Amino acid sequence: MLKCSVGLLALSSLFLSGAAMAQDKIKVGVTATLEGTYTVLGEDGIRGHQTALNVLGKKIGDKELEFIIASTDATPDSAVRAVRKLIEQDKVQILLSPLSGDEGIAVKNFAKTHPELTFINAASGAQETTYVDPAPNFFRFNMDGAQWQVGLGKYAYDEKKYRKIATVGEDYSFIYTQVFGLALEFCGAGGQITNRQWVPLGTKDFASVIAALPDDVDAIYLGLGGADAVNFLNQYQQAGGKAHLMGGSIMIDQTILSSKGNAKNALIGTLAASGQADTWEDKGWQKFVKDYQDAFPPNKRFPSPSLLATNYYGSTMALILALRQVNGDLSDNQSKFKAALAKLEIDAPNGKIKLDGNRQAIGTNFVTEVVDDGKGALFSKVVKVIPNVNQTLGYDPAVFAKIGLPSRTVPECKKY
Amino acid sequence: MTRFVERHPAWALIIIIAIVIVLWLVFSVWPPGLEEAIGRKRVFLNAVFNGITLGGLYFLVASGFTLIFGLMRNVNLAHGSLYLFGGYVGYAISASTGSWILAFIVAFILTALVGVLLQVLVFRRMEGQDLRQTMVTIGLSIVFADLMLWACGGDFYQIQTPSWLIGPVELPLLTAVKSSGEPVYLRYPLVRLVIFAASVIIGVAMWLALNRTRIGMIIRAGVDDRDILAATGVRIQLVFVLVFALGAGLAGIAGVVGGTFQSLSPGEDIRFLLASLVVVIVGGMGSIPGAALGALIIGLAEQLGSVYIPTYAIVVTFLIMVLVLALRPQGLLARR
Repeated sequence: MLKCSVGLLALSSLFLSGAAMAQDKIKVGVTATLEGTYTVLGEDGIRGHQTALNVLGKKIGDKELEFIIASTDATPDSAVRAVRKLIEQDKVQILLSPLSGDEGIAVKNFAKTHPELTFINAASGAQETTYVDPAPNFFRFNMDGAQWQVGLGKYAYDEKKYRKIATVGEDYSFIYTQVFGLALEFCGAGGQITNRQWVPLGTKDFASVIAALPDDVDAIYLGLGGADAVNFLNQYQQAGGKAHLMGGSIMIDQTILSSKGNAKNALIGTLAASGQADTWEDKGWQKFVKDYQDAFPPNKRFPSPSLLATNYYGSTMALILALRQVNGDLSDNQSKFKAALAKLEIDAPNGKIKLDGNRQAIGTNFVTEVVDDGKGALFSKVVKVIPNVNQTLGYDPAVFAKIGLPSRTVPECKKY
Repeated sequence: MTRFVERHPAWALIIIIAIVIVLWLVFSVWPPGLEEAIGRKRVFLNAVFNGITLGGLYFLVASGFTLIFGLMRNVNLAHGSLYLFGGYVGYAISASTGSWILAFIVAFILTALVGVLLQVLVFRRMEGQDLRQTMVTIGLSIVFADLMLWACGGDFYQIQTPSWLIGPVELPLLTAVKSSGEPVYLRYPLVRLVIFAASVIIGVAMWLALNRTRIGMIIRAGVDDRDILAATGVRIQLVFVLVFALGAGLAGIAGVVGGTFQSLSPGEDIRFLLASLVVVIVGGMGSIPGAALGALIIGLAEQLGSVYIPTYAIVVTFLIMVLVLALRPQGLLARR
């Protein structure tokens, strides 16, 4: 870890942009959480973005794409600041942003103040971003946190026979959305969620949270990510924790499964659900994993791409394919480009993705279980694939609207 | 003690009652009504222990900070960087040699060296210019943070807990009695207890060194009046270097501790700088017992807050700081 791979990426994109000076350029701003709790997630997101550029190239007809990367720290104000800087100083025409849930809501609202530009969500997964008052120029080619939990509750209830669970999650929109998805299904099947604990993003000392975990539950669901997840696991191990675990989409992810130390071994056998599964046998997925692995030396990447890399790959792919369809034509407030995006259907590594009327992805979801590959590396093994997951999770839109927006206490644990 | 009781009988009574209540909460078996009202005793006891052990970590960071401030009237805002640097050094040593103890020793020595360099190259050139020192240390902390980001990346590191410290121990404190009459004792992570014990030992050793040894006498004299001390023939610059090295080294040790029971990543430097600022503001700038008391209060507030009022847990520490600044601006145990 002697050199920051992101720095290298930034440098190399500088070089490339230098070579392309003579041509017409399309400027794209990219944000990622390269600071704070979610640093590792942001870095891998950028790797996914870079992998897409390696595969698809940067040429749009006779124009060349130029990418400018800005850093955020998962807070909404940092995301708006970064996006504003990209637009006002770097004069970008298209944004690939942002990574995290709260950032997504803020950037979506900000997008409305720049209706002439196009925003493609990079990886954020709060439900509210595209469900409530969506911005017409904001497109999301990844599913939201609730869609990423589809299948988990039912599998836990039917196959694992869990009846009572408790949840621990970071206190912000994406994890609310994840617990929302879990609760709808698990409680709908007849399960009970006895306790929901929320911890601030960036919590370091989980000892009291761990002590407050109830004993009389079948499993504990963890909705944590990045440094928070690693801290939790480390302290969970020190406290001698033994409960069955279930995990959210950024908890059971290479960002955590390939962290240093042995605290992650507590996760072996953990049930989770996400927009991807590390060991899926699909050809497209396997090719993506190989492209990712070939793009970076082994010590500068994860053994297998994380959910963030996959999302950044997908959004970059959507951006390039739609631009090629209109041959880089961004005239008339980018109306042709926006229309192309809205109709676009991409063959993403994690399954086909198309957009609904709110410009929100409909895609494939995976229920997974964590396995040890025998050499000490952990991977998520697919146990169930669920195609065509939409934002209302298969509910009638009117019923779905009555449930309310994901929050600390919504949804109630009952059948809707 | 007796003078305090004579002068403030009402306060003394309140403090005694509070102590009795806390002792009762810790040692008794809670009646069911109480468990219903504020949750299980296990959670409460854990939060208290966590607060105390977290206070131990805060004390390690803040004691170096307050020591340096006490002698040199110099707010070293690069202290958090020293913490993170010590942590990274400790990680490198423990990952390559597998020895946790060695990590402490090397981290202490290397951060102490960085401290010496800081003192000799930076602070000596701007002695007595508080504002300049503050600005320069802020700048340095930003530079250090970027250098460490470049060297170690944004990844989070954890120092491996040695195998003999992993897992919980049973403490002789009742948390509940099962319906069969069998008592249930508190199980608590051993590593945190060991780290807390170590920070108590360091704290007591520092207090003894300051109050019972010749060098301690010189340092205390330096705190009171630097110029007269220099005039008596003491090589005050040497004392400065020594104190700076010790303070920085303590931050390095704290980095290893923090890397063991939490984790190391960019941003931790600022967090611990802020924590030690709050601790010394509450405890009283320049006072070692003050740092201990402040660290204990802040640690307990954070942990009890995160259990009983999770939404406002972050506010509690700052609320305490505001209260202390309003009622006793010099800090709880400041020297007069």
